[in-house]
Amino acid sequence: MKLYLKIWRQKDASSPGKIVDYTLDGVEGDMSFLEMLDILNEELVSKGEEPVEFDHDCREGICGTCSLQINGEPHGPDRLVTTCQLHMRKFNDGDTIVIEPFKAKAFPVIKDLIVDRSAFERIQQAGGYISVNTSGNTVDANAIPINKHDADEAMDAATCIGCGACVAACKNASAMLFTSAKVSQFALLPQGRIEAVERVQNMVRQMDLEGFGNCTNTGACEVECPKGISLTNIARMNREYLSASLKG
Amino acid sequence: MSGLIKSSIARKVVMALSGLFLVVFLTQHFTINITSVIDPETFNSWSHFMGYNPLVQFVLQPILIAGVIIHFVMGFALEIQNKKARGGSYVKYKGSANAPWVSRNMIYSGLVVLAFLVLHFYDFWVHEMAYKYIEVSPEDPTRYYHETVEKFEPFWRTILYVIAFVLLSLHLWHGFASSFQSMGWNNKYTPAVKTLTKIFSVVIPLGFAFIALYHHFNPITH
Repeated sequence: MKLYLKIWRQKDASSPGKIVDYTLDGVEGDMSFLEMLDILNEELVSKGEEPVEFDHDCREGICGTCSLQINGEPHGPDRLVTTCQLHMRKFNDGDTIVIEPFKAKAFPVIKDLIVDRSAFERIQQAGGYISVNTSGNTVDANAIPINKHDADEAMDAATCIGCGACVAACKNASAMLFTSAKVSQFALLPQGRIEAVERVQNMVRQMDLEGFGNCTNTGACEVECPKGISLTNIARMNREYLSASLKG
Repeated sequence: MSGLIKSSIARKVVMALSGLFLVVFLTQHFTINITSVIDPETFNSWSHFMGYNPLVQFVLQPILIAGVIIHFVMGFALEIQNKKARGGSYVKYKGSANAPWVSRNMIYSGLVVLAFLVLHFYDFWVHEMAYKYIEVSPEDPTRYYHETVEKFEPFWRTILYVIAFVLLSLHLWHGFASSFQSMGWNNKYTPAVKTLTKIFSVVIPLGFAFIALYHHFNPITH
Protein backbone atom coordinates (compact mmCIF):
# COMPACT_ATOMS: atom_id res chain seq x y z
CA MET A 1 0.00 0.00 0.00
CA LYS A 2 0.98 3.61 -0.49
CA LEU A 3 0.97 5.94 2.51
CA TYR A 4 1.28 9.67 2.99
CA LEU A 5 3.22 10.32 6.17
CA LYS A 6 3.31 13.58 8.08
CA ILE A 7 6.16 13.24 10.56
CA TRP A 8 7.33 15.61 13.29
CA ARG A 9 11.01 16.47 12.69
CA GLN A 10 12.96 18.32 15.36
CA LYS A 11 16.77 18.68 15.40
CA ASP A 12 17.12 18.84 19.18
CA ALA A 13 15.40 19.96 22.37
CA SER A 14 16.10 23.63 21.79
CA SER A 15 15.20 23.79 18.07
CA PRO A 16 11.64 24.30 16.87
CA GLY A 17 10.05 21.30 15.22
CA LYS A 18 7.80 20.99 12.19
CA ILE A 19 5.79 18.44 10.25
CA VAL A 20 7.55 17.06 7.15
CA ASP A 21 5.65 15.16 4.43
CA TYR A 22 6.87 11.80 3.09
CA THR A 23 5.32 9.38 0.63
CA LEU A 24 6.06 5.69 1.20
CA ASP A 25 5.18 2.94 -1.25
CA GLY A 26 5.28 -0.82 -0.93
CA VAL A 27 4.05 -1.09 2.65
CA GLU A 28 2.65 -4.55 3.51
CA GLY A 29 -0.21 -5.19 5.94
CA ASP A 30 1.80 -7.64 8.04
CA MET A 31 4.58 -5.13 8.73
CA SER A 32 4.62 -3.55 12.15
CA PHE A 33 4.41 0.23 12.40
CA LEU A 34 8.09 0.38 13.37
CA GLU A 35 9.08 -1.80 10.39
CA MET A 36 7.24 0.68 8.19
CA LEU A 37 9.37 3.45 9.70
CA ASP A 38 12.50 1.29 9.18
CA ILE A 39 11.71 1.14 5.46
CA LEU A 40 11.19 4.88 5.33
CA ASN A 41 14.54 5.39 7.09
CA GLU A 42 16.34 3.05 4.64
CA GLU A 43 14.97 5.14 1.80
CA LEU A 44 16.05 8.36 3.51
CA VAL A 45 19.55 7.01 4.22
CA SER A 46 19.96 5.80 0.61
CA LYS A 47 19.07 9.30 -0.56
CA GLY A 48 21.62 10.80 1.84
CA GLU A 49 18.98 12.31 4.12
CA GLU A 50 18.88 12.06 7.88
CA PRO A 51 16.67 9.20 9.15
CA VAL A 52 13.69 9.80 11.44
CA GLU A 53 14.71 9.13 15.03
CA PHE A 54 12.28 7.05 17.10
CA ASP A 55 12.49 4.95 20.28
CA HIS A 56 12.34 1.14 20.11
CA ASP A 57 13.85 -1.84 21.87
CA CYS A 58 12.22 -5.25 22.35
CA ARG A 59 9.61 -4.91 19.58
CA GLU A 60 7.55 -7.49 21.49
CA GLY A 61 5.28 -5.08 23.35
CA ILE A 62 6.81 -5.66 26.76
CA CYS A 63 9.60 -3.13 27.29
CA GLY A 64 7.72 0.18 27.09
CA THR A 65 10.35 1.87 24.93
CA CYS A 66 8.38 2.58 21.77
CA SER A 67 6.00 5.50 21.83
CA LEU A 68 4.55 7.76 19.04
CA GLN A 69 1.34 9.69 18.78
CA ILE A 70 -0.23 8.21 15.64
CA ASN A 71 -3.18 10.03 14.06
CA GLY A 72 -3.91 11.71 17.38
CA GLU A 73 -3.68 8.61 19.59
CA PRO A 74 -0.74 7.17 21.54
CA HIS A 75 0.34 3.83 20.01
CA GLY A 76 -2.19 4.42 17.21
CA PRO A 77 -5.78 3.35 16.64
CA ASP A 78 -5.52 -0.25 17.90
CA ARG A 79 -6.28 -1.12 21.54
CA LEU A 80 -4.05 -2.87 24.11
CA VAL A 81 -0.98 -2.77 21.88
CA THR A 82 2.23 -0.78 21.77
CA THR A 83 3.39 0.85 18.52
CA CYS A 84 5.74 -2.08 17.80
CA GLN A 85 2.75 -4.43 17.90
CA LEU A 86 0.56 -2.18 15.76
CA HIS A 87 0.28 -3.68 12.29
CA MET A 88 -0.06 -1.81 9.03
CA ARG A 89 -3.19 -3.83 8.20
CA LYS A 90 -4.94 -1.35 10.49
CA PHE A 91 -4.40 1.26 7.76
CA ASN A 92 -5.63 1.49 4.19
CA ASP A 93 -3.92 2.22 0.88
CA GLY A 94 -3.75 5.99 0.37
CA ASP A 95 -4.11 6.86 4.09
CA THR A 96 -2.46 9.93 5.54
CA ILE A 97 -0.79 9.19 8.88
CA VAL A 98 0.30 11.96 11.25
CA ILE A 99 3.17 10.82 13.48
CA GLU A 100 4.21 12.99 16.43
CA PRO A 101 6.17 12.54 19.66
CA PHE A 102 4.29 12.15 22.97
CA LYS A 103 3.67 15.73 24.04
CA ALA A 104 4.01 16.89 27.64
CA LYS A 105 6.05 19.55 29.40
CA ALA A 106 7.50 16.76 31.55
CA PHE A 107 8.49 14.76 28.41
CA PRO A 108 10.77 17.16 26.47
CA VAL A 109 11.66 16.16 22.90
CA ILE A 110 15.23 14.94 22.50
CA LYS A 111 15.10 14.57 18.71
CA ASP A 112 12.32 13.99 16.17
CA LEU A 113 9.98 11.43 17.77
CA ILE A 114 12.12 10.64 20.81
CA VAL A 115 11.10 12.19 24.12
CA ASP A 116 12.84 12.15 27.50
CA ARG A 117 10.68 10.06 29.82
CA SER A 118 13.13 10.10 32.74
CA ALA A 119 10.45 11.93 34.79
CA PHE A 120 8.89 8.46 35.19
CA GLU A 121 12.21 7.10 36.48
CA ARG A 122 12.36 9.84 39.09
CA ILE A 123 8.80 9.08 40.25
CA GLN A 124 9.82 5.43 40.63
CA GLN A 125 12.98 6.36 42.50
CA ALA A 126 10.91 8.47 44.90
CA GLY A 127 9.20 5.40 46.32
CA GLY A 128 8.38 2.72 43.76
CA TYR A 129 10.29 -0.02 45.56
CA ILE A 130 10.34 -2.06 48.77
CA SER A 131 13.35 -2.23 51.07
CA VAL A 132 14.39 -5.86 51.47
CA ASN A 133 17.00 -7.22 53.84
CA THR A 134 19.59 -8.93 51.65
CA SER A 135 21.90 -9.95 54.49
CA GLY A 136 21.26 -13.64 53.92
CA ASN A 137 18.15 -13.77 56.11
CA THR A 138 15.82 -12.91 53.24
CA VAL A 139 12.40 -14.45 53.70
CA ASP A 140 10.95 -16.12 50.62
CA ALA A 141 8.16 -13.87 49.32
CA ASN A 142 5.92 -16.91 48.89
CA ALA A 143 6.12 -17.64 52.62
CA ILE A 144 3.58 -14.86 53.24
CA PRO A 145 0.05 -15.91 52.30
CA ILE A 146 -1.72 -13.41 50.02
CA ASN A 147 -5.27 -13.82 48.84
CA LYS A 148 -5.75 -14.51 45.14
CA HIS A 149 -7.77 -11.35 44.44
CA ASP A 150 -5.12 -9.02 45.89
CA ALA A 151 -2.30 -10.91 44.18
CA ASP A 152 -4.09 -10.65 40.82
CA GLU A 153 -4.84 -6.92 41.25
CA ALA A 154 -1.22 -6.23 42.24
CA MET A 155 0.00 -8.20 39.24
CA ASP A 156 -2.36 -6.31 36.92
CA ALA A 157 -0.97 -3.01 38.22
CA ALA A 158 2.58 -4.32 37.85
CA THR A 159 2.07 -4.96 34.13
CA CYS A 160 2.51 -1.19 33.54
CA ILE A 161 5.52 -0.85 31.23
CA GLY A 162 5.93 2.90 31.83
CA CYS A 163 5.60 3.82 28.17
CA GLY A 164 3.90 7.18 28.86
CA ALA A 165 0.82 6.64 26.67
CA CYS A 166 -1.37 7.68 29.62
CA VAL A 167 0.35 11.07 29.74
CA ALA A 168 0.21 11.44 25.96
CA ALA A 169 -3.51 10.61 25.80
CA CYS A 170 -4.62 12.71 28.77
CA LYS A 171 -5.86 16.17 27.83
CA ASN A 172 -4.08 17.40 30.98
CA ALA A 173 -0.86 15.43 30.43
CA SER A 174 -1.44 13.81 33.81
CA ALA A 175 0.75 10.93 35.01
CA MET A 176 -1.77 9.64 37.54
CA LEU A 177 -2.36 6.29 35.82
CA PHE A 178 1.36 5.47 35.73
CA THR A 179 1.99 6.63 39.30
CA SER A 180 -1.11 4.89 40.62
CA ALA A 181 -0.09 1.60 38.99
CA LYS A 182 3.31 1.82 40.66
CA VAL A 183 1.70 2.67 44.00
CA SER A 184 -0.94 -0.06 43.68
CA GLN A 185 1.42 -2.92 42.88
CA PHE A 186 2.86 -2.50 46.39
CA ALA A 187 -0.18 -1.13 48.23
CA LEU A 188 -2.05 -4.40 47.71
CA LEU A 189 0.70 -6.63 49.12
CA PRO A 190 1.85 -7.06 52.75
CA GLN A 191 5.48 -6.47 51.71
CA GLY A 192 4.48 -3.03 50.44
CA ARG A 193 2.51 -1.91 53.47
CA ILE A 194 5.61 -1.22 55.62
CA GLU A 195 6.63 1.83 53.55
CA ALA A 196 3.14 2.62 52.22
CA VAL A 197 2.69 6.01 53.93
CA GLU A 198 6.00 7.48 52.72
CA ARG A 199 5.77 5.81 49.31
CA VAL A 200 2.53 7.38 48.12
CA GLN A 201 3.41 10.81 49.50
CA ASN A 202 6.88 10.83 47.95
CA MET A 203 5.75 9.52 44.57
CA VAL A 204 2.85 12.00 44.30
CA ARG A 205 5.14 14.85 45.36
CA GLN A 206 7.65 13.88 42.65
CA MET A 207 4.86 13.51 40.07
CA ASP A 208 3.69 17.06 40.85
CA LEU A 209 7.26 18.42 40.81
CA GLU A 210 7.83 17.03 37.31
CA GLY A 211 5.05 19.27 35.99
CA PHE A 212 2.45 16.69 35.00
CA GLY A 213 -1.16 17.91 34.93
CA ASN A 214 -4.07 16.98 37.18
CA CYS A 215 -6.39 14.05 36.58
CA THR A 216 -9.95 15.05 35.63
CA ASN A 217 -11.22 11.47 35.30
CA THR A 218 -11.82 11.54 31.54
CA GLY A 219 -10.64 7.93 31.34
CA ALA A 220 -8.58 8.52 28.17
CA CYS A 221 -5.49 6.97 29.82
CA GLU A 222 -7.26 3.70 30.58
CA VAL A 223 -8.52 3.40 26.99
CA GLU A 224 -5.12 4.08 25.43
CA CYS A 225 -2.98 2.10 27.91
CA PRO A 226 -1.37 -0.81 26.01
CA LYS A 227 -1.53 -2.88 29.20
CA GLY A 228 -5.12 -2.03 30.16
CA ILE A 229 -4.20 -0.47 33.52
CA SER A 230 -7.51 0.40 35.20
CA LEU A 231 -8.73 3.71 36.64
CA THR A 232 -9.42 1.83 39.89
CA ASN A 233 -5.68 2.20 40.52
CA ILE A 234 -6.05 6.00 40.52
CA ALA A 235 -8.89 5.75 43.06
CA ARG A 236 -6.67 3.47 45.17
CA MET A 237 -3.78 5.96 45.00
CA ASN A 238 -6.14 8.79 46.02
CA ARG A 239 -7.28 6.72 49.03
CA GLU A 240 -3.71 5.82 49.93
CA TYR A 241 -2.62 9.43 49.62
CA LEU A 242 -5.48 10.86 51.68
CA SER A 243 -5.07 8.31 54.47
CA ALA A 244 -1.27 8.77 54.43
CA SER A 245 -1.67 12.55 54.67
CA LEU A 246 -4.02 12.23 57.62
CA LYS A 247 -1.63 9.84 59.38
CA GLY A 248 1.42 11.97 59.04
CA MET B 1 -0.06 19.30 55.81
CA SER B 2 1.34 22.09 53.56
CA GLY B 3 2.34 19.39 51.05
CA LEU B 4 -1.23 18.10 51.13
CA ILE B 5 -2.71 21.51 50.28
CA LYS B 6 -0.42 21.95 47.26
CA SER B 7 -0.80 18.40 45.96
CA SER B 8 -2.70 17.51 42.82
CA ILE B 9 -4.76 14.88 44.66
CA ALA B 10 -5.85 17.33 47.39
CA ARG B 11 -7.00 19.74 44.68
CA LYS B 12 -9.03 16.98 43.05
CA VAL B 13 -10.64 16.27 46.41
CA VAL B 14 -11.47 19.96 46.91
CA MET B 15 -13.16 19.99 43.48
CA ALA B 16 -15.02 16.79 44.35
CA LEU B 17 -16.23 17.89 47.80
CA SER B 18 -17.32 21.36 46.68
CA GLY B 19 -19.03 19.79 43.65
CA LEU B 20 -20.92 17.25 45.78
CA PHE B 21 -21.93 20.03 48.15
CA LEU B 22 -23.38 21.92 45.18
CA VAL B 23 -25.22 18.75 44.12
CA VAL B 24 -26.87 18.65 47.56
CA PHE B 25 -27.75 22.34 47.21
CA LEU B 26 -29.26 21.74 43.73
CA THR B 27 -31.48 19.02 45.18
CA GLN B 28 -32.73 21.34 47.93
CA HIS B 29 -33.21 24.23 45.48
CA PHE B 30 -35.17 22.02 43.09
CA THR B 31 -37.37 20.64 45.87
CA ILE B 32 -38.46 24.16 46.81
CA ASN B 33 -38.84 25.39 43.22
CA ILE B 34 -41.04 22.52 42.05
CA THR B 35 -43.63 23.55 44.65
CA SER B 36 -44.13 26.76 42.61
CA VAL B 37 -45.76 24.54 39.98
CA ILE B 38 -47.61 22.27 42.39
CA ASP B 39 -48.79 24.60 45.16
CA PRO B 40 -48.02 28.37 45.24
CA GLU B 41 -48.84 28.62 48.96
CA THR B 42 -46.23 26.03 49.88
CA PHE B 43 -43.74 27.80 47.61
CA ASN B 44 -44.43 31.10 49.36
CA SER B 45 -44.07 29.69 52.86
CA TRP B 46 -40.86 27.73 52.08
CA SER B 47 -39.36 30.71 50.25
CA HIS B 48 -40.21 32.99 53.15
CA PHE B 49 -38.56 30.58 55.56
CA MET B 50 -35.40 30.48 53.39
CA GLY B 51 -35.40 34.27 53.08
CA TYR B 52 -35.81 35.12 56.75
CA ASN B 53 -34.42 32.23 58.79
CA PRO B 54 -31.18 33.53 60.38
CA LEU B 55 -29.48 30.11 60.12
CA VAL B 56 -30.19 29.96 56.38
CA GLN B 57 -29.34 33.61 55.74
CA PHE B 58 -26.22 34.07 57.83
CA VAL B 59 -24.73 30.57 58.03
CA LEU B 60 -25.88 28.40 55.12
CA GLN B 61 -25.94 31.17 52.47
CA PRO B 62 -22.32 32.26 53.09
CA ILE B 63 -21.24 28.58 53.07
CA LEU B 64 -23.03 28.11 49.73
CA ILE B 65 -21.36 31.19 48.21
CA ALA B 66 -17.98 29.98 49.48
CA GLY B 67 -18.68 26.55 47.94
CA VAL B 68 -19.44 28.09 44.55
CA ILE B 69 -16.35 30.34 44.66
CA ILE B 70 -14.03 27.51 45.75
CA HIS B 71 -15.37 25.24 42.98
CA PHE B 72 -14.89 27.69 40.14
CA VAL B 73 -11.63 29.29 41.35
CA MET B 74 -10.06 25.85 41.79
CA GLY B 75 -11.51 24.78 38.44
CA PHE B 76 -9.85 27.70 36.67
CA ALA B 77 -6.55 27.19 38.50
CA LEU B 78 -6.46 23.52 37.54
CA GLU B 79 -7.40 24.26 33.92
CA ILE B 80 -4.50 26.73 33.59
CA GLN B 81 -2.09 24.28 35.23
CA ASN B 82 -3.29 21.45 32.98
CA LYS B 83 -2.88 23.51 29.81
CA LYS B 84 0.70 24.30 30.86
CA ALA B 85 1.40 20.62 31.51
CA ARG B 86 0.80 19.78 27.83
CA GLY B 87 3.41 22.34 26.75
CA GLY B 88 2.00 23.13 23.32
CA SER B 89 -0.64 21.38 21.29
CA TYR B 90 -0.56 18.29 19.13
CA VAL B 91 -0.82 18.71 15.36
CA LYS B 92 -3.50 16.01 15.52
CA TYR B 93 -5.25 15.11 18.77
CA LYS B 94 -8.16 12.69 18.64
CA GLY B 95 -9.78 13.27 22.03
CA SER B 96 -13.05 11.69 20.92
CA ALA B 97 -11.29 8.34 20.44
CA ASN B 98 -10.82 7.75 24.12
CA ALA B 99 -12.97 10.09 26.24
CA PRO B 100 -16.53 11.47 26.06
CA TRP B 101 -17.10 15.11 25.06
CA VAL B 102 -18.59 16.05 28.43
CA SER B 103 -15.51 14.92 30.35
CA ARG B 104 -13.16 16.88 28.08
CA ASN B 105 -15.16 20.12 28.18
CA MET B 106 -16.02 20.61 31.85
CA ILE B 107 -14.42 24.06 31.76
CA TYR B 108 -16.83 25.21 29.02
CA SER B 109 -19.99 23.73 30.55
CA GLY B 110 -18.81 25.17 33.87
CA LEU B 111 -18.27 28.62 32.35
CA VAL B 112 -21.81 28.66 30.94
CA VAL B 113 -23.20 27.68 34.36
CA LEU B 114 -21.07 30.40 35.96
CA ALA B 115 -22.37 33.01 33.50
CA PHE B 116 -25.88 31.83 34.29
CA LEU B 117 -25.20 32.23 38.02
CA VAL B 118 -24.33 35.89 37.43
CA LEU B 119 -27.72 36.42 35.72
CA HIS B 120 -29.51 34.32 38.34
CA PHE B 121 -27.93 36.31 41.20
CA TYR B 122 -28.92 39.54 39.51
CA ASP B 123 -32.47 38.27 38.96
CA PHE B 124 -33.20 36.99 42.45
CA TRP B 125 -30.45 37.54 45.02
CA VAL B 126 -29.70 41.21 44.21
CA HIS B 127 -33.44 41.89 44.12
CA GLU B 128 -33.88 40.16 47.48
CA MET B 129 -31.00 42.06 49.12
CA ALA B 130 -32.42 45.38 47.80
CA TYR B 131 -35.90 44.51 49.06
CA LYS B 132 -34.70 43.62 52.54
CA TYR B 133 -31.73 45.86 53.23
CA ILE B 134 -31.89 48.88 50.90
CA GLU B 135 -35.59 49.54 50.53
CA VAL B 136 -36.14 47.98 53.99
CA SER B 137 -39.54 46.76 52.84
CA PRO B 138 -41.76 44.90 55.32
CA GLU B 139 -41.90 41.12 55.44
CA ASP B 140 -44.45 39.83 52.95
CA PRO B 141 -44.79 36.03 52.97
CA THR B 142 -47.04 36.09 49.89
CA ARG B 143 -44.79 37.90 47.39
CA TYR B 144 -42.48 35.07 46.25
CA TYR B 145 -44.78 33.19 43.88
CA HIS B 146 -45.79 36.14 41.71
CA GLU B 147 -42.25 37.59 41.78
CA THR B 148 -40.92 34.29 40.45
CA VAL B 149 -43.58 33.81 37.79
CA GLU B 150 -43.14 37.41 36.56
CA LYS B 151 -39.40 36.81 36.15
CA PHE B 152 -40.15 34.23 33.45
CA GLU B 153 -42.39 36.52 31.45
CA PRO B 154 -39.63 37.60 28.99
CA PHE B 155 -38.89 34.87 26.47
CA TRP B 156 -35.16 35.72 26.34
CA ARG B 157 -34.68 35.05 30.04
CA THR B 158 -36.57 31.75 29.90
CA ILE B 159 -34.44 30.61 26.96
CA LEU B 160 -31.18 31.63 28.67
CA TYR B 161 -32.23 29.66 31.74
CA VAL B 162 -33.08 26.58 29.66
CA ILE B 163 -29.74 26.74 27.80
CA ALA B 164 -27.90 26.99 31.13
CA PHE B 165 -29.81 23.93 32.43
CA VAL B 166 -28.71 21.90 29.40
CA LEU B 167 -25.08 22.78 30.10
CA LEU B 168 -25.61 22.08 33.82
CA SER B 169 -26.86 18.64 32.84
CA LEU B 170 -23.71 17.97 30.79
CA HIS B 171 -21.52 19.24 33.65
CA LEU B 172 -23.25 16.94 36.15
CA TRP B 173 -23.14 13.98 33.72
CA HIS B 174 -19.37 13.82 34.18
CA GLY B 175 -18.89 15.64 37.46
CA PHE B 176 -21.17 13.75 39.82
CA ALA B 177 -19.68 10.25 39.43
CA SER B 178 -16.21 11.70 38.83
CA SER B 179 -16.16 13.26 42.29
CA PHE B 180 -16.45 9.81 43.88
CA GLN B 181 -13.46 8.56 41.84
CA SER B 182 -11.45 11.64 42.94
CA MET B 183 -12.09 10.82 46.57
CA GLY B 184 -10.83 7.30 46.01
CA TRP B 185 -14.28 5.74 46.02
CA ASN B 186 -14.21 3.21 43.17
CA ASN B 187 -15.69 -0.11 44.26
CA LYS B 188 -18.63 -2.48 43.76
CA TYR B 189 -21.05 0.44 44.23
CA THR B 190 -19.51 2.46 41.36
CA PRO B 191 -21.96 1.18 38.71
CA ALA B 192 -24.83 2.29 41.00
CA VAL B 193 -23.20 5.72 41.43
CA LYS B 194 -22.89 6.02 37.64
CA THR B 195 -26.57 5.16 37.20
CA LEU B 196 -27.56 7.66 39.89
CA THR B 197 -25.38 10.27 38.11
CA LYS B 198 -27.24 9.74 34.84
CA ILE B 199 -30.65 9.96 36.52
CA PHE B 200 -29.73 13.04 38.58
CA SER B 201 -28.05 14.92 35.75
CA VAL B 202 -31.12 14.51 33.53
CA VAL B 203 -33.98 14.78 36.03
CA ILE B 204 -32.85 17.85 38.02
CA PRO B 205 -31.89 20.15 35.08
CA LEU B 206 -34.93 18.94 33.11
CA GLY B 207 -37.08 19.76 36.14
CA PHE B 208 -35.59 23.24 36.43
CA ALA B 209 -36.17 23.82 32.69
CA PHE B 210 -39.76 22.60 33.08
CA ILE B 211 -40.38 25.08 35.93
CA ALA B 212 -39.01 28.01 33.86
CA LEU B 213 -41.04 27.04 30.77
CA TYR B 214 -44.18 26.34 32.84
CA HIS B 215 -44.14 29.83 34.36
CA HIS B 216 -43.39 31.41 30.99
CA PHE B 217 -46.39 29.77 29.36
CA ASN B 218 -48.68 30.14 32.41
CA PRO B 219 -48.31 33.82 33.39
CA ILE B 220 -50.37 35.30 36.23
CA THR B 221 -53.36 37.05 34.70
CA HIS B 222 -54.21 40.34 36.38
